Amino acid sequence: MTPKRRQRLILVCLMLFGVGVAATIGLTVFKDNIALFRSPSDIAAGKVDAGTRFRIGGMVVEDSVQRRSDNLDIKFELTDRVNTVPVAYNGILPDLFAEGQGIVAMGQLNEEGVFVASEVLAKHDENYMPPEVAEALKKAGKMPGTSANFGASSLVQP
Amino acid sequence: MFKWIHRFGSAPFVYRLAGALSPWVGMACLILLCAGIYIGLVVAPSDYEQGESYRIIYVHVPAAILSMFVYVVMAIASAIFLIWRLKLADVVAQASAPIGASFTFLALVTGSLWGKPMWGTWWIWDGRLTSELLLLFLYFGYMALRAAIEQPQSAARAAAVLAVVGVINIPIIHYSVEWWSTLHQPATISKMGESSMHPSMKRPLFMMIFGFQLLYAYVLLIRMRTGILQREARTSWVAQLPEVARD
Repeated sequence: MTPKRRQRLILVCLMLFGVGVAATIGLTVFKDNIALFRSPSDIAAGKVDAGTRFRIGGMVVEDSVQRRSDNLDIKFELTDRVNTVPVAYNGILPDLFAEGQGIVAMGQLNEEGVFVASEVLAKHDENYMPPEVAEALKKAGKMPGTSANFGASSLVQP
Repeated sequence: MFKWIHRFGSAPFVYRLAGALSPWVGMACLILLCAGIYIGLVVAPSDYEQGESYRIIYVHVPAAILSMFVYVVMAIASAIFLIWRLKLADVVAQASAPIGASFTFLALVTGSLWGKPMWGTWWIWDGRLTSELLLLFLYFGYMALRAAIEQPQSAARAAAVLAVVGVINIPIIHYSVEWWSTLHQPATISKMGESSMHPSMKRPLFMMIFGFQLLYAYVLLIRMRTGILQREARTSWVAQLPEVARD
């Protein structure tokens, strides 16, 4: 390798290193802003001010969904398996919405600590399988969990 | 010992090699894509949660993987060009940019079409979607920069620096779903060990990914030939080519 080429090689490596360091610093500093949603544990820890609009993410607690028969009001509880937050919503839910399903909701906390959502999105996991296989796994209690980042704690199922 | 490597620096050799390879690559690509689409859309079972809608994965995931793969190729080629001043490396980078941009666009559009019925929204500014959109802008920036500088040598160098610097976005796209909370789910197939996808669904997916890679190779070979001809238009070997020579 000629000295000139070696010099250019070092220059390219330095360039990559510099940009890498800058990106790492930038992304670390803005970590909280890049995160799409807060977890119920963040709310319990008081990291979210009352009255601000933000997104919350977690799993819909089993047997917690209460629907009204005369309107679209729905109430359910959202958990990260450490803390739980009650959520109220009025509107159309995505098809994937179900108990035990991961969701992301936009809205704000009211005085009673209920998260009043204006939008509810479903967060599906990375598992794909035919219905028969899912049935069999469910029976055996071996349904795979998700490695999705839910903020404070992992939601990987036991 | 490494003399054969130097032949890949020779424009006439690469021009002929690309011409000889491209029909075979194109044929293999066509067969693989047809088989992959048929098995993916017709033979593979429906998903337990998403039903038939998940089948868009057979276009979305290969397009998304290729959008990053092409960029890595472009960045490596650009680095080789910057260090060794190998002109053909620049040809590869220049030829790759619009192909990569197309894959990125396809990944974003199919992702959006998939997001509406499943998540409930066409778009969300989460880590994965935003960094993938940034990738599209990097491709656009690369092409715009090349087009903006008139002097070909300086245009190539400036664009190469942009391509190398932009490669930092690739690990960000890949790890975005692990580093931050996102709406997009974590990777299904790049995980080691236990698989998150049933083998009957995974097989056609791998066929499609490989088919997309061959599609990239096919279009790249054709575009490289064009690129070489444009750069070497005034040389005698081009003038003597049977497909170029005028009587």
